[in-house]
Amino acid sequence: MSHTQPGLPTHYTRTAILLHWLMALMIIAMFGLGLYMTGLKLSPQKLQLYSWHKWAGVSVFVLAAFRLVWRLTHTPPPHPAGMPRWQQIAANGTHHLLYLLMIAIPLSGWLMSSAKGFQTVWFGVLPLPDLLAKDKALGDLLQGVHQALNLGLATLVLAHIAAAIKHHLVERDGVLARMLPFLQDKR
Amino acid sequence: MRTCPLSIPALALLAAMSAGLSLPAHAAEYSVLDTAQSSISFTSKQMGVGVDGRFRKFNAALNFDPAKPGSGSARIDIDLSSIDAGSPDANDEVVGKPWFDIRNFPTASFASTGVKALGGDRYEARGKISIKGKSQEVVLPFTVKPSGDSAVFDGSFVIKRLDFAVGDGIWSDVSTVANEVLIKFRFTATTSRPAVKK
Ligand code: HEM
Ligand code: HEM
Repeated sequence: MSHTQPGLPTHYTRTAILLHWLMALMIIAMFGLGLYMTGLKLSPQKLQLYSWHKWAGVSVFVLAAFRLVWRLTHTPPPHPAGMPRWQQIAANGTHHLLYLLMIAIPLSGWLMSSAKGFQTVWFGVLPLPDLLAKDKALGDLLQGVHQALNLGLATLVLAHIAAAIKHHLVERDGVLARMLPFLQDKR
Repeated sequence: MRTCPLSIPALALLAAMSAGLSLPAHAAEYSVLDTAQSSISFTSKQMGVGVDGRFRKFNAALNFDPAKPGSGSARIDIDLSSIDAGSPDANDEVVGKPWFDIRNFPTASFASTGVKALGGDRYEARGKISIKGKSQEVVLPFTVKPSGDSAVFDGSFVIKRLDFAVGDGIWSDVSTVANEVLIKFRFTATTSRPAVKK
């Protein structure tokens, strides 16, 4: 990747873009799957979906950890010149919280599973340790935590999407385009 | 059943002499179950992951004298409504028709037909397991660890749930819930006679 300016990059790295969209799709799918599977009556299909949810969720965690390292070692492009201060703070805060939730939600899911007495075995192959012993009350509490964090995530993602669309349609400042390169080419 | 108080030490002595070995100091017939120190638990596999469960209520009529294992016997009855299959969801499910169908088959049982010594503290009990109206001959290995007036009987074995039609219909797909179920038991029993403290 060529960063023409010595100080600040003008765009996201290809890796950052790939991770952003891959994880956005995964997280939205996970959200839908989580809501759907919990509503099912107990059946083999439900047990399968729970396992897939846990496997994919652990995958999100691994990607998020890698993405965090990538982010810390690759400076993102600066906010567009003239973007109001409050918007910059809101954007930075939202991005930080999104990173936090991409880590915290899988962690809460893993701990919840342990407390409920269902170990997580990634893709049925790699057993994750149970940090918590089986404890129904704690399991129910962590289920509430997982739910609440997901609600927070959904809210932030909606605001995040609204902001991206507003940048594209109202400010027309290329913020969406730098995360969605195919928009760039059309300019 | 009453035994002459002298017969048990006498038999133990006889057995010790004939075996030429030292026997547990308290060779005696263990036959009174200590329910608080006994358990029947199981591990099933869901999507390849072990899930633990247990039966809270059961009765075990044991008669076992390490000096004459051959005449030992056991009859175990499990109250299936006392099952804890690992989660509230599972508990609601497993009492139903596709699983244990406890309305029609409220208990599962094991009745021994013979006990054999395998050397050391190891033994095996032959007998019949009955679940959901189906029976099967099984051999259950176990160990006996006497201490004082009580002894701990420990064992585990694997049964195939589908042999007993447990988990019928949609659940008969063993890639989700495995066919094999590991059953573990631990019984603590004391001697029937008033304890002779040393
Ligand atoms: C980014 C990752 C994840 C997302 C977006 C996500 C999302 C969700 C959602 C929306 C629900 C439904 C909440 C409800 O209404 O009860 C849910 C439930 C659940 N999640 Fe996750 N999850 C993620 C990761 C994980 C992980 C890594 C695990 C475990 C290793 C996990 C385990 C569970 C379990 C067991 C439930 C069901 C709780 C219940 O029985 O009600 N999740 N998840
Ligand atoms: C679950 C869904 C999503 C998550 C978790 C998420 C997360 C993030 C994060 C953490 C960043 C900050 C990148 C950084 O500076 O390191 C970001 C940037 C961005 N996201 Fe998302 N995103 C999601 C969905 C979306 C969607 C659906 C859109 C488009 C409508 C979108 C558009 C953008 C844009 C345009 C940026 C760049 C912002 C900038 O350059 O300042 N995101 N996203």
